[in-house]
Amino acid sequence: MALLTFDTAHKPRQSYASMAVLLAVMLVFPFVAAQFGNSWVRIIDMALLYIMLALGLNIVVGFAGLLDLGYIAFFAVGAYLTGLLASPQFAALLESVVNYHPELQDAIVRTFGEDVRTNGIHLSVWFIVPLAGLVAALFGALLGAPTLKLRGDYLAIVTLGFGEIIRIFMNNLNDPINVTNGPQGINLIDPIRIFGVSLAGEAGSRATVYIGGFGMPSVNAYYFLFLLLCIVTIFMTSRLQHSRLGRAWVAIREDEIAAKAMGINTRNVKLLAFSMGASFGGVAGAMFAAFQGFVSPESFALTESIAVLAMVVLGGIGHIPGVVMGGVLLAALPEVLRHVVEPAQQALFGKVLIEAEVLRQLLYGLAMVFIMLNRPAGLWPSPVKEDRPAAAIAKEEKEENEA
Amino acid sequence: METFVQQILNGLVLGSMYALVALGYTMVYGVLNLINFAHGDVLMIGAMVGLSILKLLDGAFPGLPGGVQLAIAIAGAIPVTMIVNVLIERIAYRRLRNAPRLAPLITAIGVSILLQTFAMMIWGRSPLPFPQLLSSDPVNIGGAVISHTQVLLLVLAAAAMVGLVVLVEKTRMGRAMRAVAENPRVAGLMGVDSNRVIVATFAIGAALAAVAGVMWGANYASIQFAMGTVPGMKAFSAAVLGGIGNIYGAMIGGIVLGIIESLGAGYIGDLTGGFLGSHYQDIFAFIVLILVLTVRPSGIMGERVADRA
Repeated sequence: MALLTFDTAHKPRQSYASMAVLLAVMLVFPFVAAQFGNSWVRIIDMALLYIMLALGLNIVVGFAGLLDLGYIAFFAVGAYLTGLLASPQFAALLESVVNYHPELQDAIVRTFGEDVRTNGIHLSVWFIVPLAGLVAALFGALLGAPTLKLRGDYLAIVTLGFGEIIRIFMNNLNDPINVTNGPQGINLIDPIRIFGVSLAGEAGSRATVYIGGFGMPSVNAYYFLFLLLCIVTIFMTSRLQHSRLGRAWVAIREDEIAAKAMGINTRNVKLLAFSMGASFGGVAGAMFAAFQGFVSPESFALTESIAVLAMVVLGGIGHIPGVVMGGVLLAALPEVLRHVVEPAQQALFGKVLIEAEVLRQLLYGLAMVFIMLNRPAGLWPSPVKEDRPAAAIAKEEKEENEA
Repeated sequence: METFVQQILNGLVLGSMYALVALGYTMVYGVLNLINFAHGDVLMIGAMVGLSILKLLDGAFPGLPGGVQLAIAIAGAIPVTMIVNVLIERIAYRRLRNAPRLAPLITAIGVSILLQTFAMMIWGRSPLPFPQLLSSDPVNIGGAVISHTQVLLLVLAAAAMVGLVVLVEKTRMGRAMRAVAENPRVAGLMGVDSNRVIVATFAIGAALAAVAGVMWGANYASIQFAMGTVPGMKAFSAAVLGGIGNIYGAMIGGIVLGIIESLGAGYIGDLTGGFLGSHYQDIFAFIVLILVLTVRPSGIMGERVADRA
C-alpha cells in the first residue's frame, strides 16, 4: 500500500498524485470494462453503491465505535421512499387510503393533479435524493434515541432488531393500506433524469444515453453518477473525521466516560453519528431504487447489513481509503467469482459444486473472523496510530511486548 | 376467553423454546461477558443434524416408533452441537478474551455467517421438511388445543431446566461456574481452571440449543440454514428481559417473552383496528428488548448493569 498514499497531512504531494492517478483510472475504467460486456460495468456500479454504504457505516462503527447491525434499514428507507415517490405505486397507496380518509385523498389530488389517481407521483431526482437522505437521517436518530445508554453487544443486538422490524414492515405494509406492495415489491421506478437526460436512455435508444452528440451505455452513465457521489461521500466523511465532531466521535469510541468528562455532549454527538451515517445510506438507497427500477424486501435482509459491516472491517475500521478498498473487494469479488468459479467448476467437474452465493457468504464470514483474529485494524489500517481502533493498538502493544 | 387460554398455552410452548436457547446466551455471558452471536446458528445445526439422523434411521430401521426416533435424533444432535460450540470458543473467542469489546463481537458475527454457510453447503439452501413423528391428534386442555409434539417439548424443556439447576447448584462444576461468573481472577487463584469451566459452559449451552433445535423442527415441520437468526435474537431478548447472566432469569424471561409474543400476535389485530395483523408477531421481542434496556437494564432477576457491555 506504500504506492498509494492518501495521507494529505503528512505527504501532500504523494497523496495528491495518487488521487490524480486513481481518478484517471476510474474515468477510463468503464469504457475498458464495457468492451467485455455491460454486466461488468453493472457490477462496478453496484460496488460503488456498496462503497457509499460502507463509508456511511464507517461513520457509525469506525469513527464513533457504535456497532450497528441494522444499517441496511436506512438503505431500505431511501430505496422505498424513491419507490413510492417515483413510480405508479403511489396510485395504489391512494386507492387503499380512500376508504379511510377521503378528505386526505382530495387534498393530495388537488396538490398533485388528477394524474396521481392513475399514474402515481413522479418527483424529480433533485427532490427525492435530499429527501431520502433526510428521512433516513430521521430514522437514524429514531434508532439512536432509545439506544443512547447502550454500548457494544447490547447496541449490536438492538440495531439488529431494528433492521428486522423495518424489514417486517416492508414485507407486510401492503394491507390494509398498501404502502410497500408487500413481498412483491415496487416496480416501474423512474430512472434518474438529470437536466432532461434520462440515465436509462430514451425509449428506443437501446439503453444508450446521448449527451450532446456523444453516446454511451446506460450503465456507464450511472457509473459516472455513482462515482461522483462516492467522491462527494469520501470528501464529506474525511472532512467530518478531522472536524471537531469527528474528534468527539473518536473520543467516545475510545472512552465514553472520559469524553463526557471533557465536556462532550455524548448524547447529541452519538445521535449525529447515527443520523449522518444513515443519511448516506438513504441516498445510496434512492440511487439503488432508480438504478434497478425495482425494490423488494429481499434486497434488505440482515445478510446485507453484515456484508456492509464486513467491508468496513476488512478494509480497516475508521480508515477511509481502507473502507473503500474493503468495499471494492467484497462487493466486486463475489460477482467476479460468479463469472469465473461457476464456469470453472462446470468445466472441471461437469456440475457446480459450490454456488457463487455460498462462496460469497463464506468470503464474508472468513473475512470477519480472520481480520479480527489477525489484523484487527483491517487490511489497510490508518497510518496515524490514533485513528486506529483500540483493538488494533492492543494487539500491536501485545506483540511489541512479546518481541 | 378461549383465545386467551389458547394464546397462553402457545406462549408457554414458544417460551420454553426461547428459554432453552436463552440459557445458552446467559451462561456464556455469565462467564465471559460476551454475547455468543452464533448461538442461534448452533440451534440450527442441532435441527439439521437431528433431521439427518432421522433420515438415516428411516433407512436403517423403518417402522421405529416416532417418539423413539425423536429421542435418538436429539441424543445424536447434542454431541455434535457440543463439539461445534466448543470449537467456536476455541477458534474465535479464546484468543480475543482480553481484547476490546468490538473484536470478539465481530468474530462472533463472522462465525454465525460461517455456520450458516457450512449448513448451506451440507444441507442446501432450500427449506427442508421435518417429518411428523408424534400423533397429530390434538390434546385438549380446558378448551385449548396443543399438539403431542408441543407437550413433549414442554416436558423436555422442564426436564432440561431442572437438570441445569441441579448441575449449577449441586455439583463441583456448577460451583466452579458460579465462581468464574462472579470473578474469574479470584476463581483462578482458588484453583479453578477457568478454561475448563468456559468449555463446559459452551458445551452445556449447545446441548440445550440442540434440544430446542430438534423440537423446533418437529413443531414447525420445516427447517432452513437461516432459521437460527430470529430465534437467536428473541432468545437473547429473553435473556435480557430476565436479567442477563442469571439462569433463572433466562428461564423466566423466555417464558414471559413467549407469552407476550403470542398474546401480542393474538390481539394486535383488535388493538390496532385491523391495521396491523398477526404477521407482526416478530416485532414484539424487539420492542420488549428496547423497553427493558431503556427502563430496567438489569432485567427481572438480574442485578448487573447494561453499561457493563
